Amino acid sequence: MSEFIAQYGSLLIENTWITIYQTTLSTLFAYILGIPLGVLLVISQPHGIWPHKSLNACLGWVVNVGRSIPFIILLVALIPFTRFVMGSAIGPKAVILPLVIAATPFVARMVESALMEVDAGVIEVAQSAGASIRQIVWKVILPEGLPSIVLGASITFITLFGYAAMAGVIGAGGLGDVAVRYGHYKYQSDVMIATIIILIILVQIIQVLGNGISRKIDKRLKNKIGGGKN
Amino acid sequence: MIEIINLSKFFSTESGDFTAINDINLTIEDGDIYGIIGMSGAGKSTLIRCINLLEKPSEGKILIDGVDITALEGNGLLELRRKIGMVFQKFNLLMQRTIRDNVAFPLEVAGVDKKQRLERVDELLDIVGLNSKAGSYPVQLSGGQQQRVSIARALANNPALLLCDEPTSALDSLTTNSILKLLKDINHKLGVTIIIITHEISVVEKICKKVAIIDESRIIEKGLVKDVLKNPQKEMTKKLLERGELIE
Ligand SMILES: Nc1ncnc2c1ncn2[C@@H]1O[C@H](COP(=O)(O)OP(=O)(O)OP(=O)(O)O)[C@@H](O)[C@H]1O
Ligand SMILES: [Mg+2]
Repeated sequence: MSEFIAQYGSLLIENTWITIYQTTLSTLFAYILGIPLGVLLVISQPHGIWPHKSLNACLGWVVNVGRSIPFIILLVALIPFTRFVMGSAIGPKAVILPLVIAATPFVARMVESALMEVDAGVIEVAQSAGASIRQIVWKVILPEGLPSIVLGASITFITLFGYAAMAGVIGAGGLGDVAVRYGHYKYQSDVMIATIIILIILVQIIQVLGNGISRKIDKRLKNKIGGGKN
Repeated sequence: MIEIINLSKFFSTESGDFTAINDINLTIEDGDIYGIIGMSGAGKSTLIRCINLLEKPSEGKILIDGVDITALEGNGLLELRRKIGMVFQKFNLLMQRTIRDNVAFPLEVAGVDKKQRLERVDELLDIVGLNSKAGSYPVQLSGGQQQRVSIARALANNPALLLCDEPTSALDSLTTNSILKLLKDINHKLGVTIIIITHEISVVEKICKKVAIIDESRIIEKGLVKDVLKNPQKEMTKKLLERGELIE
């Protein structure tokens, strides 16, 4: 065991960090792009607060196209574009671009379904109070939908772990790369198992964290709020 | 004064146009508590929602102090809505905001600065008797308390008119009485005109001065509550008086 750690410890730690770095950054950027898209998808619906049929159909179509391409194909197809934008086609940093492109439509749908849960009655109250569309989005739809968005974020994060590992296979570094290089090509199943264990632990941590934060900020959950603090 | 003149609303549905309210004429004087009663599907909500243009009328006019509001759009529409309070059957509180911030919502929307907001919220919570709950969240309040919050919220911008769409239908009879009493006090002390939708005759008896009976999208009878109840003209009104409420 200690021998294993001495030999592969730093390799595993370094690549774990690469995976975390890739996943975190791409989740972040995917949300920066995906939240506005999700909001637009919700408000432009026929019964939304800003009905725009053609915009809604167009966005929905783009998002569906994005979601229907398997990541590994997207990754390869984007190689020229990634090289053009990031300077290199594949590498620990460059892979963030295809990850963001793959995750954004996914996030847009996650955010859309989180925001669809916001009670129509509450939005109607805001309208009857004379709130503008912008005010309804910022003061009602987003804050009321936030706990669900956070829950969705942990799912996105976990999905991106999987994508990042796939990218590793074709040279983006990280745990996927380690698993393939050592586990597959060099028949070192102990390294393979170690990467799997690390991934499982990371996924568990993210899930627990996501659930915890969502519960913490969600004021609909009665049992966890202390009596009326002023 | 609110004058509703030849007001109709058609919804286009798959099976053609549906007339939700048909040629409604109604005058509501300042300071009235005006009840509108009718069966489920009669068009009550559609009518009241036309008054703050949550529904856009298809035909007719609504004059508020002599000015037709039905053509308002954009900022003019938002300004109008800020001057009219609305209370719903479901309390519709913002679940992620404290009671204080729920009541402050219309003030925020109207751009009132923070210090004034807090002062006004205190006044409003005093009116509805919920100052002790300012820091609580909606989920911690009973239905009756939540409805009080929603009334406080509807009063935030000092509206001259309060629209209430079945404000007590989700409440038990004791709580109903306390909410009706609150509305009556608000009308009396603040001089707010109230239009209240209901399907219970007891609500009309308890607080309304005038009443209109709406049946199948038309108003079939209207007048002072004491006259209409004593001397009902239409079958529907008689039926309603016998049964106490208008549910099939
Ligand atoms: N957006 C809409 N599209 C189509 N039809 C509608 C729409 N809104 C209301 N209606 C129809 O108009 C009629 C009147 O509806 P409304 O909500 O005004 O009734 P109501 O008197 O408030 O009933 P309730 O007591 O059940 O609340 C109903 O038959 C309803 O189905
Ligand atoms: Mg109704």
